[in-house]
Amino acid sequence: MSSAFYQILHDTHYRYASPVSLAQQLAHLWPRACPWQRNHEQQLLVSPQPCQRQDALDVFGNPLTRLVFERPHDELKVSARLQVEVLARPALDLQASPPWEEACTALRYSGQALLPGVLEATRFRFESPYVHLKQVFAEYAADCFSPGRPLLAAVDGLMQKIFAEFSFDAAATQVATPLLQVLEERRGVCQDFAHLMLACLRSMGLSARYVSGYLLTQPPPGQPRLIGADASHAWVSVFCPQQGWVDFDPTNNVRPALEHITLAWGRDFADVSPLRGVILGGGSHDPEVQVTVLPIPAI
Amino acid sequence: MPYCLATAEPAMPDLLADYPLTLGAYHELFDADGQVRPHWRLLLERLQRSSPAQLAQRQALLARQIQENGVTYNVYADPDGADRPWELDLLPNLIPAEEWQQIAAGVAQRAGLLNAVLADLYGPQQLLADGLLPAELVFGHNNYLWPCQGVQPPGGTYLHLYAVDLARAPDGRWWVTADRTQAPSGAGYALENRQIVSRAFPELYRDLRVQYLAGFFRTLQDTLARQAPAGSETPLVVLLTPGRFNESYFEHLYLARQLGYPLVEGSDLTVRDAKVYLKTLAGLRRVHAVLRRLDDDFCDPLELRTDSALGVPGLLEAVRQGNVLVANALGSGVLESPGLPGFLPAIAEKLLGEELLLPSVASWWCGEPPVLDKALEQLDELLVRASFPSQSFAPVFGRDLDEAQRAELAERLKARPYAYVAQALAQLSQAPVWQPEEGQLAPRAIGMRVFAVASAEGYRVMPGGLTRVAAEADAEVVSMQRGGASKDTWVLGERHAGGEPWQWLRPLGVADLVRSDPYLPSRVVENLYWFGRYSERCEDGARLLRIMLARYVDDDDDPQALQTALSLAESLGLLPDADSGELQQRLLEALLGEDWQGSLRGNLQRLQWVAGSVRGKLSQANWQALLELQREAQGLSSEQADFGELLDFLDRLLLSLAALSGFALDDMTRDDGWRFLMIGRCIERLQFLCDSLANFLTSSAAQDQSALEWLLELGNSSITYRTRYLASAQLIPVLDLLLLDEQNPHAVLFQVRTLLRSLARLGERFELPSERRLKHLEGQLARFSLASLENPLFGAASVQEVLDGLSGLLESISQASADISDRLGLRFFVHVDASQRTQSS
Repeated sequence: MSSAFYQILHDTHYRYASPVSLAQQLAHLWPRACPWQRNHEQQLLVSPQPCQRQDALDVFGNPLTRLVFERPHDELKVSARLQVEVLARPALDLQASPPWEEACTALRYSGQALLPGVLEATRFRFESPYVHLKQVFAEYAADCFSPGRPLLAAVDGLMQKIFAEFSFDAAATQVATPLLQVLEERRGVCQDFAHLMLACLRSMGLSARYVSGYLLTQPPPGQPRLIGADASHAWVSVFCPQQGWVDFDPTNNVRPALEHITLAWGRDFADVSPLRGVILGGGSHDPEVQVTVLPIPAI
Repeated sequence: MPYCLATAEPAMPDLLADYPLTLGAYHELFDADGQVRPHWRLLLERLQRSSPAQLAQRQALLARQIQENGVTYNVYADPDGADRPWELDLLPNLIPAEEWQQIAAGVAQRAGLLNAVLADLYGPQQLLADGLLPAELVFGHNNYLWPCQGVQPPGGTYLHLYAVDLARAPDGRWWVTADRTQAPSGAGYALENRQIVSRAFPELYRDLRVQYLAGFFRTLQDTLARQAPAGSETPLVVLLTPGRFNESYFEHLYLARQLGYPLVEGSDLTVRDAKVYLKTLAGLRRVHAVLRRLDDDFCDPLELRTDSALGVPGLLEAVRQGNVLVANALGSGVLESPGLPGFLPAIAEKLLGEELLLPSVASWWCGEPPVLDKALEQLDELLVRASFPSQSFAPVFGRDLDEAQRAELAERLKARPYAYVAQALAQLSQAPVWQPEEGQLAPRAIGMRVFAVASAEGYRVMPGGLTRVAAEADAEVVSMQRGGASKDTWVLGERHAGGEPWQWLRPLGVADLVRSDPYLPSRVVENLYWFGRYSERCEDGARLLRIMLARYVDDDDDPQALQTALSLAESLGLLPDADSGELQQRLLEALLGEDWQGSLRGNLQRLQWVAGSVRGKLSQANWQALLELQREAQGLSSEQADFGELLDFLDRLLLSLAALSGFALDDMTRDDGWRFLMIGRCIERLQFLCDSLANFLTSSAAQDQSALEWLLELGNSSITYRTRYLASAQLIPVLDLLLLDEQNPHAVLFQVRTLLRSLARLGERFELPSERRLKHLEGQLARFSLASLENPLFGAASVQEVLDGLSGLLESISQASADISDRLGLRFFVHVDASQRTQSS
């Protein structure tokens, strides 16, 4: 199979305890353009009608929709309707990548000019709002990064280690759970595992970015059901000076292929959260989020 | 001492009798041979010629002025007394004109260079691509704001205001120790120091021909006005402060006054249609430029730090669309890394084709392996600092470490080398400070903060600055935060044309008269409104608690009276419900509970908080009364509470609260803010009365005499009742007094009419729709006849029916006043049109 087609429904519904008088929302709900994905149809339905709506690209190249509401409202519904085709990515020999230390050196300042790709990669090498760098993360990753090991093999090893040692527990964490706690308790959700893997890779001196997207919900016959269904999903992408960016999904111990639909990427969740806003009023409120990923016949 | 004989005053002792010339340091006052430098001679002569009494008088004048300005400073101080009075030395530091020219040229060059670096980092990032600046120092910095990438500020100006910290080495050269690029502080303090010190030495100030500071501030005004995207409108510039708890809040206040900008907090501004507006009582006013004193990442919770409550949501998008100028540009804090200066010489060469005029203190950014090794070798002579402000790492002097600590630090550096910078120790020069107790001059280490402002012709440097003085005689660090003092800085010689003194005391004429603040911020009015509501809420709550406590203490008096009071308090949310424990516990919780939402203590704290935010509108006496209240409430402990003591406290509390309402009536200017305060009181009282009466009338207590007694007490009308009727409480006269008596401020009808009158007056000023619903209810209430409760034709049931109907009317009035409160809030505080309320399907 060289490509797969999906219909994706992503509904977010806020019911506010008290009316919201003013609101500004930023939505990362449209898939970005990438070589392994074609976006055939996309719609973003918003209720109530926003006073302003503006579509643009954010600084990392992701589609971003700005919504402004300047009238009192009791609820907010944002529904994304997407039809996406995911193409197969070229095969990759993990062992054929350069030693991981070489990648670190290439990313480190040396007083020499940087190639555009490397300069772009350095954006994703440092601390970001949810990913703080600490020695413990480097220590956790250390046994995967033996001297001279090919970079992608080492990253694959780290992915396996996280998958093996952490349990998926939707009740364990919230967005704001500190990574140190995740590391200590060895449980979390896809977002935590992605952030943890980013912290490990960046603490080692590598560039890695956070990818948000979706995962196929229907398990193919005879294969186990993948965790993360019916929700937004997240994984990481690591920069290799020779091969470019390569994706790894620590929640499922796979390299994303035809079942992962890419939405956006950034330094961490904060850069690409599906819906982020500032409201005035509203009282306490938790959104109801429903995600459905349906495989469909070729369009 | 023959020259003293002519005067009756005691002779001035030798000011320099005990002035140690520390070796190895540059002395501002003396040259290497121990001779007084020429530019200090006049000042020293004058000091020597004056009497100790005169100097003491000057010192007193200076202290008094700080005190007077400190009144403003302390006005907004937090109650814990965290604010210190400003420390200012009597003597200025003196710098001759020709020396200053070199400093100024160096500072102007550096400001221009840093501006160019910002333009590159938020633009093409060529410096990174060329290897002239490490990506680590930029992308690793928490104040490199990705959402600002590609944003073009008006005129290409990122740094409108720039400050640099300088220290003077033993050879007399000035070295840069730090750059301040995001929201530099200190220019206001420099101006304030000048105002005070120049008055202490008016003749010297004139004779030394000290250069004026005014031009600097005028340039700042000109630049912001010129670059603000105001089109054909007169630009409105505001000064954005993090608020009264910020350490340099005094300076924000002072600068805002001097520059003539409204001082605003984030919540005073709102973004609509990607334009920034100031919320004033009179409506939204377009803001064209924001001079900010708020840190980069706090400025917009929508796109930057989400946890910032101090910023303005949507500000960045307004900047991006070119609708507002923010000075300095958002993201300019990225240049404050101590790792940056080491790369500036090469960057100056590349971007300006010039050599850097001012050297920086030598530093080793550890991000390159050979540099890290070198820094580790010389750790003893170096100061290790974090590259980024987000790190929790206090600067460490290598020489202070023992072997184990050194090893630990080395490990830390090796783990993430790019996050650390090793710096050579800055050497500080020594300047004379006046010691009032000894009557002597003594040397102290100083550093100097110098300011530059963008102008149409490049950067202009303030001829002067904030000289900072070490706290101790042997201290090597100058820091206002560590208890240091400050000095005025006098640049001598040529005065520039057009530099007339800043108008501190412009004579005010008829044309300047102000009757109301044209920019009265909605926030202030909103806080006054809530000040009114909370003071009334505390009063009502205290009265009900007193009723319950008193009846609880005499429990054999009348159990039913207590019971109905308890159920009323429960239904009003002023008493935790019966499931939450024993009655005694519940009463204590209602009074003193820390965690329980409706407790009186909680409401007193809220009252205190809003009072603090409208501090400037309250008189000193009023404020004192509030502090007293707070202190007393804090002093009560629920563990060892004695009910007699608590009753006594409630009595005193009610007295103080009465005083508070007296202040409001008699003491405050009756402007729009005051009107909202009174409306707040009125709405709160009206709701409390209506809810209490409605609840009471439907309970079985309506005919119970002792219950009617406490109802009178709740309406603060017992005395009136007794004077009028000389009898025990009965339903009809009690209702007359609490419902319909137009002269009783605790009667519902009185409050309804007061509210209607206030709203009508507000409506005349601001075009409000007339209040039909409440007017209608007022008519119904006024027509209600108490006679319907007499001689009931159809027995007790019909009386209860009438009471139920009355209760329903009261509930409607309460609801109507709550709606009015919401509408006022949307219209005057939030500024949205509530008539366009969107109902979702």
